[in-house]
Amino acid sequence: MTPRRLTPSQTIGPFFHGMIAGAANVLVAEATEGERIRIEGRVYDGDHAPVPDALVEIWQANARGRYRHPVDRRPIPLDPAFVGFGRAATDETGLYWFETIKPGPVPFTAERRQAPHLNVAVSARGLLDHLFTRIYLESEPANAEDPVLQRVPAPRRDTLIARRAAGAGRAVYRFDIVLQGEQETVFFDL
Amino acid sequence: MSPVGRDPEVFPPYLYDAYRATIRRSPAQPPLEITPTLSELTGPGPALSAVIPEDADLTRNAGTGGEAIGERIIVTGRVLAAGGVPVPRTLVEIWQCNAAGRYRHRVDQHHAPLDPNFIGIGRCLTDADGVYRFTTIKPGAYPWQNHENAWRPAHIHFSLFGPSWIARLITQMYFPGDPLQALDPIFNSVPNPNARARLVAAYAHDVTQAGWALGYRFDIVLRGPAATPFEPFERAARAGR
Repeated sequence: MTPRRLTPSQTIGPFFHGMIAGAANVLVAEATEGERIRIEGRVYDGDHAPVPDALVEIWQANARGRYRHPVDRRPIPLDPAFVGFGRAATDETGLYWFETIKPGPVPFTAERRQAPHLNVAVSARGLLDHLFTRIYLESEPANAEDPVLQRVPAPRRDTLIARRAAGAGRAVYRFDIVLQGEQETVFFDL
Repeated sequence: MSPVGRDPEVFPPYLYDAYRATIRRSPAQPPLEITPTLSELTGPGPALSAVIPEDADLTRNAGTGGEAIGERIIVTGRVLAAGGVPVPRTLVEIWQCNAAGRYRHRVDQHHAPLDPNFIGIGRCLTDADGVYRFTTIKPGAYPWQNHENAWRPAHIHFSLFGPSWIARLITQMYFPGDPLQALDPIFNSVPNPNARARLVAAYAHDVTQAGWALGYRFDIVLRGPAATPFEPFERAARAGR
């Protein structure tokens, strides 16, 4: 096949709310296997002002670490009650949230694992292409060995780690996304 | 396997001063290159297939029983992976303003009428050859606040997931011969003029239906591994041994 020339990206603009498949920020059903977690946070711009018109999308493995995708052919069961895709628009305070499960570990290479993580894409007015990042979970021992986190300069690693909220009575993780400036989130070139 | 990466000729820079909203929203740090892993070589695309045929006709999908006002058009094209392989049964989502240049959205205050028979939302799956097809109306131009007397050229927003997380694409399709394109910082943010031209649909007389609707063709090529999606992860896995 002849390689084709890629289609450029353009901003999602300010008018996507309700336009693309609805608020899918609850990824779990009653039958979903795994430890329930809530991920919430705000998206901020370079003035640390909340971004009220961002779209945050997540993609993750199920509780056993299997992706619902034909490339992932490992003999690990799929969960019929879990897809692993979520989509949330920020509100006027820049807040987004997801109700999901803690993903299992997934391979990096055949012999090396990645720590549990959620893959994130952020789109907004003023972003001419989406931004890729990842959410890791605080207190995961596997974070120390994670090959992608190890690629990140140590002073910036914290921007990829969601903090367990104290006293919430359940697993609530806080993950702010800073588009620019102090504590700027690490984004990936993929 | 080497990182795929965004081609800076094709993909706009995050900071593009002429589009003012980029100034405080673009990361100051360059994005970090990482080798795609199973996380990036999979993606939600194959699992997202909940559409009904009515979703692809924006002239009739408002649920009112009435038809949208405007110049009726057909927009069709193929979705391809970078290697030229068609992407079958993949979700294509579009949204657009109405013929008067107004979105059905709380933020849109443009003094132009809403059309009760037009919601401006469409979705469909590509067929086995990667072909998608929408019936809609031609969107109007509308003013925005970016600079003095700023107008967006007529455009339709597109969102695709494709075969992998890397392939995610949000873009805008433009119409041929629109003089506003040369004045539009969002359109002009694409550095390479040939790449920019790929955002403009072609008028396609073979798509035009006599006595019914004008046809436009807009092919979409997604980034990501050029080979079949099955190979790269295995190659990466071998390389890691």
